[in-house]
Amino acid sequence: MTEPVVEAIEVVKFLGDGASKVQALKGVSLSLASGELVLLMGPSGSGKTTLLSVLGCMLSPTEGSVRVCGHSTAGLPPDQLTKLRRDHIGFVFQSYHLFPTLTAVDNVRLALDVRGERSHRAITKAIDALAIVGLSHKINAYPLQLSSGEQQRVAIARAIVGNASAILADEPTAALDSENGHSVMSVLAEIARHPGRGVLVVTHDPRILPFANRIVRIEDGRIVGKERSAAAGPTEQARSLAVP
Amino acid sequence: MKWREFIALSAARLLRGCLLRMRKLSARARSWTPSFLGADRYSRLAAELCSPLLASQLVTPLIFKLAARNLFHDRLRFIATIIGIVFSMVLVTVQMGLFLSFERMVTTMIDHTPADLWIMPFGTKCFEDPSLLDERERFRAMSIKGVTDAVPILISFAQWRVPTGGTTPVLVIGSDMDKAGLRPWNIVEGDLDALSIPDAVAIDQSYFDRLGSKGLGDTVEIGDRRAQVRVVTKGIRSFTTTPYVFTPLDRARAYTGTPPNKATYLLVRLAAGADVESARTRLNETLAKAEALTPAEFRSRSRSFWLFGTGAGAALFAGALLGMIVGIVIVAQTLYSSTKEYLNEFATLRAIGSSSIYIYAVIIIQALLSAIIGFGIAAGIGVFIVEVTAESALPVFMTPTLTVSLFLLTIAMCVISAMSAIVQVMRMDPAMAFTR
Repeated sequence: MTEPVVEAIEVVKFLGDGASKVQALKGVSLSLASGELVLLMGPSGSGKTTLLSVLGCMLSPTEGSVRVCGHSTAGLPPDQLTKLRRDHIGFVFQSYHLFPTLTAVDNVRLALDVRGERSHRAITKAIDALAIVGLSHKINAYPLQLSSGEQQRVAIARAIVGNASAILADEPTAALDSENGHSVMSVLAEIARHPGRGVLVVTHDPRILPFANRIVRIEDGRIVGKERSAAAGPTEQARSLAVP
Repeated sequence: MKWREFIALSAARLLRGCLLRMRKLSARARSWTPSFLGADRYSRLAAELCSPLLASQLVTPLIFKLAARNLFHDRLRFIATIIGIVFSMVLVTVQMGLFLSFERMVTTMIDHTPADLWIMPFGTKCFEDPSLLDERERFRAMSIKGVTDAVPILISFAQWRVPTGGTTPVLVIGSDMDKAGLRPWNIVEGDLDALSIPDAVAIDQSYFDRLGSKGLGDTVEIGDRRAQVRVVTKGIRSFTTTPYVFTPLDRARAYTGTPPNKATYLLVRLAAGADVESARTRLNETLAKAEALTPAEFRSRSRSFWLFGTGAGAALFAGALLGMIVGIVIVAQTLYSSTKEYLNEFATLRAIGSSSIYIYAVIIIQALLSAIIGFGIAAGIGVFIVEVTAESALPVFMTPTLTVSLFLLTIAMCVISAMSAIVQVMRMDPAMAFTR
């Protein structure tokens, strides 16, 4: 593990206005190093998703700072934050959010298209990304023709196709059964082993604990515990559960 | 064969040249980002919109594919959109076509009259206005330097006795046939000389039924006087639906009971090289109860009276406007609901680093596709309507300018409709991809 790919330093975040104003994050510090898979766990309303949004440059911290691959996000205008996201961060969402009207390869290619990569090479990259997640045989399938686990793997391929340094995953296994959940986590764990890339997974799911290098617990907007996995990496148990 | 090789080689070179040119244009469009007046966003939007059209890569542009698939995905909604656009554009086409037709028909007589200037009683509103001039005005006009002739013509209503009983009003146009006056045109039976025969009149074949006439040689009564159809024309219609009857001036006076020293207009002919404007000024200074207008001014006055003085033009424009509003509402509703359906996916696009411009471009491409398909169908129906109404009393008229204008209007309508969807996307927070 080397320097952090994303880092939150004493981040405070208020959400809402007036009477509905709440402090979602109360001085959170968290770093994600390349080569590690970190699980962010906590009860509902603890600030997990807000922290993920702040780390993903979708929300600006009220106080504190965020650094993405060494770049501070402080004072950056929205288009610069978008560029930072585009260049360095990949997202995986609980509901996949794939366009049902596009094939798997086109859904992955979208991540390149929004960067202006629109040549044959973009298609090759998208197919390679799908191969990494084990879907090279389903490149022309539409999301509705894929299982939930496969759809999530397409979403992962979309997150990694642009060579993002940080993959931020929000409850990636919440909508999946045990087998698909392990399959998705094993893909994420494999991706995390890539040098220069870290994976942060927000989850409630205790089944995926064996995949983590580190587990960070958050409650009421504060980090309340940081545990390093016993094996300092995805356990043999996790690897044995992984579906290739 | 050599010539075949030459053609194939030339075609290949031309195609290659076009592709290279398109590639350069595409690259230039993407890189062109002027910073003045905040034009950067617009140039980027234009570049995103142009990239599918200009890109010479063989890969189907994904932004185009995404827009098209999102649009066509819900076929029922897509069909409803197209029906909305078609309905709207056919309505606008018919209204504007009628407006053009009306505009032309109200000036048909002026267009076919050879005159440098028109002299008419003060306050004449249009060609069909039956006010009368005294012949002394003609002598006053003739006294003006540069005026070579002032030909009197009479326009007046008379009663045509229908053989089956009763009468119907006609608009008698009296003009001396030996002078350059207002003569019938598009003659399909008989000839102009035949109007010199006593009692001869010319009518249009489209009014045979209305006048109860059997055509050439038919003997009728106008204003209790005998008349005989000696000339038949085609396509000289009145938008007021009152048939025109052409006859020499004296006979017209007799049919309409107009005194022999009266006329409705004097058609002024000027000497070669005479200045029209100065002649008009002198005429207006000299004439007692009349005024002189150029043909263009008289056309404008007639159009203004019939199209706006009577409210007919306003009604046509109101119909066209209504059609446009219906179209905008339907397309806006469709694009809005389509965008709303994919809002999470659009939020995801924003999350993964898409610019807002990229998403606006997707929505605008959807609007443009709807416009092109809708306009194509509407244009086909428009051509059919033009053909069907060509022989009617008020044909729907189309010109290349009107066609191009309607196409641009359809595009504008659909792009305006896209605004509701764009506003929705503008309010979208990329973080919502996490929460849904």
